[in-house]
Amino acid sequence: MARVFLPVPLRALAGGASTAEAPGATLGALIATLEERYPGMAEALVDPADPGRVRLGMVAFVDSEQADLGLLTPIGPDAEVHFLPHIAGG
Amino acid sequence: MTTVEKPHYKVLGTRPIRHDGLDKVLGRAVYGADIKLAGLSIGAVLRSPHAHARIQSIDASAALALPGVYAVVTGADMPIADDELIDMTEEIVNARFASMRIIAHEKALFKGQPVAAVAAVDLNTAQEACRRIKVDYEPLPAVFTVEEAMAADAPIIHEHLVGTHVGEKVPHTNVAEHTQHVLGDPDAAMAKAEVTVEGEFRLARVHQGYIEPQNATAMWYRDGKATVWTSTQGSFPARNAISSVLRMPVSAIKVVPLEIGGGFGGKINIYLEPLAVLLSKKAGRPVKVVMDRRSVFEATGPGPGGVVRMKLGADKAGNLVAGTVDIRFAAGAFPGSSISAASTCVFASYRFPTARIDAYDVVTNLTKTAAYRAPGSPQATFATESLMDELAHKLGVDPVALRLQNASKEGDRRPDGIVFPRIGNVEVLEAVRDSDHYRTPLDRAGAAPGHKRGRGVATGYWQGVGNKSTVTLAVNNDGTVALIEGNTDIGGTRASIAMQAAEVLGIPALDVHPTVVDTDSVGYTDLTAGSRTTYATGAAAVKAAEQVVAELKRRAAIMWEVEATDVDFAGGVFTNKKAKDTKLTFKQVCARLDRTGGHVATTGVVNLRGSGGGSFATHVVDVDVDTETGKVEVIRYTAAQDAGTAVHPSYVEGQMAGGAVQGIGWALNEEYYLGPDGSVQNASFLDYRMPTMLDTPNIETLIVEVPNTMHPFGVRGIGESGIVPPQPAIANAMRAALGIRFPELPIKPGRILEALDAQGA
Repeated sequence: MARVFLPVPLRALAGGASTAEAPGATLGALIATLEERYPGMAEALVDPADPGRVRLGMVAFVDSEQADLGLLTPIGPDAEVHFLPHIAGG
Repeated sequence: MTTVEKPHYKVLGTRPIRHDGLDKVLGRAVYGADIKLAGLSIGAVLRSPHAHARIQSIDASAALALPGVYAVVTGADMPIADDELIDMTEEIVNARFASMRIIAHEKALFKGQPVAAVAAVDLNTAQEACRRIKVDYEPLPAVFTVEEAMAADAPIIHEHLVGTHVGEKVPHTNVAEHTQHVLGDPDAAMAKAEVTVEGEFRLARVHQGYIEPQNATAMWYRDGKATVWTSTQGSFPARNAISSVLRMPVSAIKVVPLEIGGGFGGKINIYLEPLAVLLSKKAGRPVKVVMDRRSVFEATGPGPGGVVRMKLGADKAGNLVAGTVDIRFAAGAFPGSSISAASTCVFASYRFPTARIDAYDVVTNLTKTAAYRAPGSPQATFATESLMDELAHKLGVDPVALRLQNASKEGDRRPDGIVFPRIGNVEVLEAVRDSDHYRTPLDRAGAAPGHKRGRGVATGYWQGVGNKSTVTLAVNNDGTVALIEGNTDIGGTRASIAMQAAEVLGIPALDVHPTVVDTDSVGYTDLTAGSRTTYATGAAAVKAAEQVVAELKRRAAIMWEVEATDVDFAGGVFTNKKAKDTKLTFKQVCARLDRTGGHVATTGVVNLRGSGGGSFATHVVDVDVDTETGKVEVIRYTAAQDAGTAVHPSYVEGQMAGGAVQGIGWALNEEYYLGPDGSVQNASFLDYRMPTMLDTPNIETLIVEVPNTMHPFGVRGIGESGIVPPQPAIANAMRAALGIRFPELPIKPGRILEALDAQGA
């Protein structure tokens, strides 16, 4: 199962947990699993204007690399998943 | 200096002249102010004299009555955009705030904010028309610092802003965002720490120092399309932004990126472009607008200032056990300072078992800040590296040894959770430790009477980004190759991208002819920013060149009447594997294109999922301080940085030296000096004190090469991390010279003399 590192603002939804183990072959399936377990996660993570990607302003990382296929990004069985704020460069 | 074995390259690592060199030195390169079009009119902008004021009315009738005036636009011509987010590559911009920033609507929110714009026959007429526009303001109380903006009784700048404070929605606040990263239990670890250091560090807002002012020329066409010529770090993100604030489809806008006279992050956002489009639409002719220097200072985005409070804990052996930091940046009149990048970088150089990072994005009544080279990292790292120096003093250990002992490396987890791939942090620190500079004792006794000398070191990090790039190659029958790309050339990226294509093709770098084109002429390409251009657009060039090689193998196979799999290619030579003596050079195959199926053109498209770990830099600096005048002279400076694979070593050295010099200015002189009304008191390059060649020694450079596993040639983006170490390295050198810790930038003569007086007292 993938290990999801929950950003601090979402930990309240998960009873204060900082990580969650969850199955899911894609990022979308993983978020759906999280939503079942912790209602509110999908709303917090998925772009309401385009449900195929994470919210603008947030970047999903799978095994420390940016998820470039949106919610269709494949998730390996032992993957690490992070949701971080966008970074601005100069 | 190479620390990891790498292949032998034919083109990479050489120093060819730059493709655009002659155009630049002969004055043929076209910049924004050079644009001339038939019927061109000139624009001027009327700006708010108040930092915070309600706009009661605007009367432009006297301006419109002036002969030679073609059009006037105000906020009424550009309604506030919807609350939607614009993808500006790395930065996400709220269209609502972008439209409010570009021209004031109900309120002016910073001094210098555009209130109206005029197009006229010439600049004098346009400026006179601006003077004739009557604006009735109701001045409001203003706030300029994070403390003022966060005070309980602070005036609220945006009545409708709802802040996000660690996930909670908070109305009626000037804190647009409070983010938090927590790794482990830092409070428990800090309580058990055997040695702690802490401090509060203060920073002024600083200018990127680009010489060319912002500019835009626009032509509106009657079919609803527009062309915009501008100085931008990203023609496609600029197109996205113009599209959002003017509610035009992206396909109706063509952005033509011109040569750029510096950017450093300051030319990512749009400022004049929508105004020029609206003026052109109303005037029925092209309009050019060029900012004056005061407007650049007062109305475009500098790097943010703010306050950083930090505490580090370690055991007696010097191993870090905890770090906590509170970062508060003054964003200016709209949300979006660099707190996310600051949070990523602040503890990235070290292995922290536990950490907490709080960051606050605070709106104030000043022009909105923007990216400035490694945005947010220098400000936050100033605290980290000052305290690492204090920790070394407290433990009585060598500062480089302490950094090496705790240095982050492959497999370590950053406090934001990301695990580092192969990085060169350790190798860079080792390069400094083993350098002639660090191994040569500082000549303290050589100081003149009344002078004191000190040496400081500091490390810095910038993670960089990947993202989207496109490169098209067209093969000519004389064996040269046209390279079409969409990244504005900053710092020699035409050359560094062309060299990567040339390496694959086995031809000289100057046989690849790079051209930067407009948004209608190449596939989507993200910003020239984030240390991504040589890395990501270079990877696109490699991909396109590999397709060229595959096609030319097929062409050679046709000539030899064999299968393409029977053709080898290496070093610019095709070999028939079935007849080893049969060879054709790249040029020879190109000369026969028409006989083997016609012309060859390919396109490489990439969307890179990260930077491959980013780049670390460590600097060592010696200073000489005149204790009577407070003047600081940098007497020796060495910069080491991981370049992955240095494509063009001269340009890598240039980026390293440039970052060091900008950082020296930031450390010792540069600041936006604000009057009580929020006006910039030093809004010119005579008064905004950037270092010149007379202020800096030769910057010695040590290129470290730890190849990036995410790039076909191991390239790392190197444009930004070099500006992170200078400020704390100089502060640490000052500490060594005077025994005084300077927690506020710039460390200017007055501040030094005050500290010396206090020390004497």
